Amino acid sequence: MRDRITAFLVLLPSLVAVGIFVYGFIGQNLYVSLSDWGKNPAQALAEKPTLHFVGLSNYRELFTGFVDVRFRQSVVNLIFFTLFFMAGSLGLGLLLAVALDQSPRGEGFFRTVFLFPMALSFVVTGTIWRWLLQPQGGVNVLPTLLGLPPWSFPWLTTREQVLVFDWNQLPFYTALVVGLVLLYVAYRAHREGEGKRRLYALLSGGLLLLWAFTLGRSAHLLPYPEPHGFSLALVGVILAAMWQMSGYTMALYLAGLRGIPVEVLEAAKVDGATPWQTYRHVILPLLAPITLSAMIVLGHIALKIFDLIFAMAGLDYAPTDVPAIYMYLLAFRGNQFAKGAAIGILLLLLVAVVVVPYLASQLRKEVRR
Amino acid sequence: MGRVILYAFLLLMAGFFLLPVYLVVLTALKEPAKITLDTVWHWPDPVYWESFRIAWEAFRPKFQNSLVLAISATLLSALVGALNGYVLAKWPFPGSNLLFALLLFGMFIPYQSILIPLFQFVKAIGLYGTLLGLILVHVIYGIPIVTLIFKNYYSEIPDELVEAARIDGAGFFGVFRHVILPLSAPAFVVVAIWQFTQIWNEFLFAVTLTRPESQPITVALAQLAGGEAVKWNLPMAGAILAALPTLLVYIFLGRYFLRGLLAGSVKG
Repeated sequence: MRDRITAFLVLLPSLVAVGIFVYGFIGQNLYVSLSDWGKNPAQALAEKPTLHFVGLSNYRELFTGFVDVRFRQSVVNLIFFTLFFMAGSLGLGLLLAVALDQSPRGEGFFRTVFLFPMALSFVVTGTIWRWLLQPQGGVNVLPTLLGLPPWSFPWLTTREQVLVFDWNQLPFYTALVVGLVLLYVAYRAHREGEGKRRLYALLSGGLLLLWAFTLGRSAHLLPYPEPHGFSLALVGVILAAMWQMSGYTMALYLAGLRGIPVEVLEAAKVDGATPWQTYRHVILPLLAPITLSAMIVLGHIALKIFDLIFAMAGLDYAPTDVPAIYMYLLAFRGNQFAKGAAIGILLLLLVAVVVVPYLASQLRKEVRR
Repeated sequence: MGRVILYAFLLLMAGFFLLPVYLVVLTALKEPAKITLDTVWHWPDPVYWESFRIAWEAFRPKFQNSLVLAISATLLSALVGALNGYVLAKWPFPGSNLLFALLLFGMFIPYQSILIPLFQFVKAIGLYGTLLGLILVHVIYGIPIVTLIFKNYYSEIPDELVEAARIDGAGFFGVFRHVILPLSAPAFVVVAIWQFTQIWNEFLFAVTLTRPESQPITVALAQLAGGEAVKWNLPMAGAILAALPTLLVYIFLGRYFLRGLLAGSVKG
């Protein structure tokens, strides 16, 4: 019995620390985000500022306020960054893993080379790529080594945008995407024969899509159109992030490929499948769980991305802004702590949307086992 | 034919991964006056080793900060993790699984969501701008991952070993000292590599909670490279210095590095 008490006492400091530093601080941050801290410059840097409760007005301002157009661009940037970075790292990682799975000569060497950027910090990666992507140097003069004219793309400094859409359409697009995802969940539930899940997913997905195409089209966040799009200055950042993280997806996929039983591949061969068909119908489906966990990890990294952009483009360049950067800028440069805290809460919600269902399903699997 | 394409692809990709490194070394070995954009890929002539001496002078205090920070925080969090993992794996109590799940949640939060209260707290207890404050923060936010790794590892140790030691009269710490600890080396290596790499490379806490005299090398590097006036030989040499310790860990302990990586992928 005494030992049991000792055991609990040993764990207690960690529990208290995490209780305060994670749960307590999230609570406090939520409270700050609902306050007016930073509105009055005299209070902003006070030792013990007096905070007034202002409800959700910080959040409302971020999404619809006149001054926070930069936050909205940062959200759009984050969406595009996450999509392209995840797709790029997964695709390149898979290609590398498939190539290495052919057991080429020097496999160990290639593996080491593809994986080493993982050991670096995003700051080092960012510093290197900042230099590589100088408009008149680095990557752009590479063609001249082959006697070709140099490229002239201003990687990190372009203000060009593509895939531009009106911010007012955000509710529509969000509902569209979430609705489609829910329909997909319903389809999966249908195939797995889970009637209840199918019903709920179908109903909520259908409702969302209905809303999107009726009221959603005319739900306006701003009284005027505000165009945002995929900022091409992010291409270089995405390239650098892929350089750092593709080795990780490669390692995951390679482990997955090597884990596929030989009998399965033999059976496919006996059935007369071409290598391409084997990949398409046998190997890729078996790699799906790996893709999912890699997506969770990469998505998680993408949503928090801060140091890479800090090192590549700095804090003050709007075309490469993401919420984590804007949060730092607002809170620690501009002393607008309440608004910064609100962005922190929004990021937490985003991450939770990605991570919590995944954790729950992992937990369920473990219980079933 | 297929083989040719395979090797062409692999070599092309090796180029993509290695060319940046080549450029970094090249630039770091150039005389500042000779660094111009259109000759970035040219080999330095003559090789200018001075850059490294100057960079070392400039970065040595930050390098030392990083070293002190990463080593002490790693040691502390390995100790905390070993004890926590031991409790959760071998002395479970009612509700300990729930508490473990609540601990794990700390790995997933984006630190932006606690940064402002953390900043206030560290200031309030007088540790703002000190290495000690940063060490404390890293140990605390490392608790979830180190506990996870040790718990998973200790769950593999048969309970019979613990039982036998208890029958022989060993208590909580006796079992830990004589049964668990001697078997723990691999877990310590994985945790040490993981934490050292993470803490050495960390940036957000460092830039928020330190002053110039307590800055780790990542912050110094980012600020130097961000300045416009500076010559590029210095940031490049600085990047090499900042990358060296974790690269060495990767090269010499690669197997464990990968294991930590995969353990961390449960985390993300």
